[in-house]
Amino acid sequence: MGLVEMILDIGIPLILCLGVLSGIRLMSNVKTAVNGNRLSALCMLLAIIYVFLRTDVSGALVHIIAGITIGILVSITITVRVRMIQMPQMVGLLNGLGGLASALAAIITLNSVEPQSGFGLITSGLALAVGALTFSGSMVAAGKLQGTLPQRPRVYPGHQTMTVLIALGILILITLLPIFPDISGLACLLLSILGLLFGYFFAIRVGGADMPITISLLNSTSGVAAGIAGMALGDFLLVSVGGIVGASGLLLTRIMCRSMNRSLSAVLFGKAATGEKKEQALQTEPAEIVGETEAKESVDPIVWLKEAQSVIIIPGYGMALSQAQEQVKTLADLLEAKGTGVRFAIHPVAGRMPGHMNVLLAEVDVPYDKLFEMEAINPDFAHTDLALVIGANDVVNPAANTAEGTPIYGMPVLSAEHAKRLMILNFDTKPGYAGVHNPLYDGAPNICLMLGDAKGSLEQLIAGLG
Amino acid sequence: MSALEIILVVVFLASAALGYKLINAVPSLLHTPLMSGMNALSGITILGMIAVTAFSQSNLARLVGMMGIIAAVINVVAGFGVTERMLRMFKSGKEAEGEGS
Repeated sequence: MGLVEMILDIGIPLILCLGVLSGIRLMSNVKTAVNGNRLSALCMLLAIIYVFLRTDVSGALVHIIAGITIGILVSITITVRVRMIQMPQMVGLLNGLGGLASALAAIITLNSVEPQSGFGLITSGLALAVGALTFSGSMVAAGKLQGTLPQRPRVYPGHQTMTVLIALGILILITLLPIFPDISGLACLLLSILGLLFGYFFAIRVGGADMPITISLLNSTSGVAAGIAGMALGDFLLVSVGGIVGASGLLLTRIMCRSMNRSLSAVLFGKAATGEKKEQALQTEPAEIVGETEAKESVDPIVWLKEAQSVIIIPGYGMALSQAQEQVKTLADLLEAKGTGVRFAIHPVAGRMPGHMNVLLAEVDVPYDKLFEMEAINPDFAHTDLALVIGANDVVNPAANTAEGTPIYGMPVLSAEHAKRLMILNFDTKPGYAGVHNPLYDGAPNICLMLGDAKGSLEQLIAGLG
Repeated sequence: MSALEIILVVVFLASAALGYKLINAVPSLLHTPLMSGMNALSGITILGMIAVTAFSQSNLARLVGMMGIIAAVINVVAGFGVTERMLRMFKSGKEAEGEGS
């Protein structure tokens, strides 16, 4: 290898990698984020061109061009058609495809004729297993988010033991690879099956509200799979970008875990938030709630809205579920038109993926400077006239501060109850995903409950104001 | 492990550390687009896919390679595409007013 080639081989991936990192840096500000995304995309395009220049692709030119063309055509359809409400499952689906690609790259590498080093075999095996589990896990997650699979966590008998055994099996196979390189064909098959099973078992036991954690974690594994595949192939750019994505997913996973008061191992091995706890909480729930809430119907929510000088709106997954974003925006506009200050309080795990609420509200043109993070807005509730909760439950549950021993104890929540008045638009008064009864539903003179579909309730409010 | 292999592992860890630091600065407002952008980046495996397909010795391997390329291209192109769409929706109060008038 000549000196020039060597400089190019190291220099070009380095420059492209720095480009990707700058792109991510630009993502930290909402004003520059679009350019950040474009910069990352440009670097990716240049990287692909670079691979074409460096590699002799003549042997499989037809397959490569056909693959790229088909991929681009499908992508255009997806990009144009997808609706923001479908974004969580779309991210899951695309993530799965990335994992699939890494797994397939590893399969081809393992089965290639050229003999490989122990390092090459181990990294290929790992990339295959991690890619396969990313694929199946993401598909299950996407299926649950889309509603084709039941949202409820499904736990098989011996679920945890099986997961551990599968993980052990994967590790043993990978250790055996460099010792018996001749079995790589069989090992490939077994690793694919075990990887797919692991992803399935991992994702199938996760319930709806734990999805932000699951999706973030799978995002991380897809990056790790790409990075390890890059090690097997000796491709620096692949290794580096894979590492960045792996770290990003892990960071988001940690943020999500912290905001949900769940440990990562609890999500991975399904320790909490399964059936038993939920039933327990349901039993301790006071029986007379329904009667009390009916009595509360005498307060007029319209009057409350008219009297409020300042309003904080707290959206939750219920808003997404009933697709009431448009109505939320209309209501906010109506309130602002009569001089009321309207802001939005966004809990980090409201919805089904990190930042879900922000995207939904941005889609209906709520300006981002009205969207506030939890830490920023929590002190303001005390001097706010009205907090309006739309389809959120656990993230405003004051039991998180008081009810020791419940799954949400210690979880950071929005202190909506500190507002002078509190209006809650919820489908019913059942406990949220965490299964902990919400004392806000017990009825207090300054709390107004509107039960039923959020869209219907909002339309009533809009009609009353208009 | 050879020197190259060690360097590869070091690059992986160093990139992860650097990425972690940069991503920590992204506000939760942008977490969804961040995630979908990262998702698109994980399609970087397309580089490996193209290389292994090019070096494939059998037709079967080339077909598998083609499947992988399709998956990776969708991951990359649709990933960046939906991220762009999402990011363009984020407007400040002034921008929204400007558009309305």
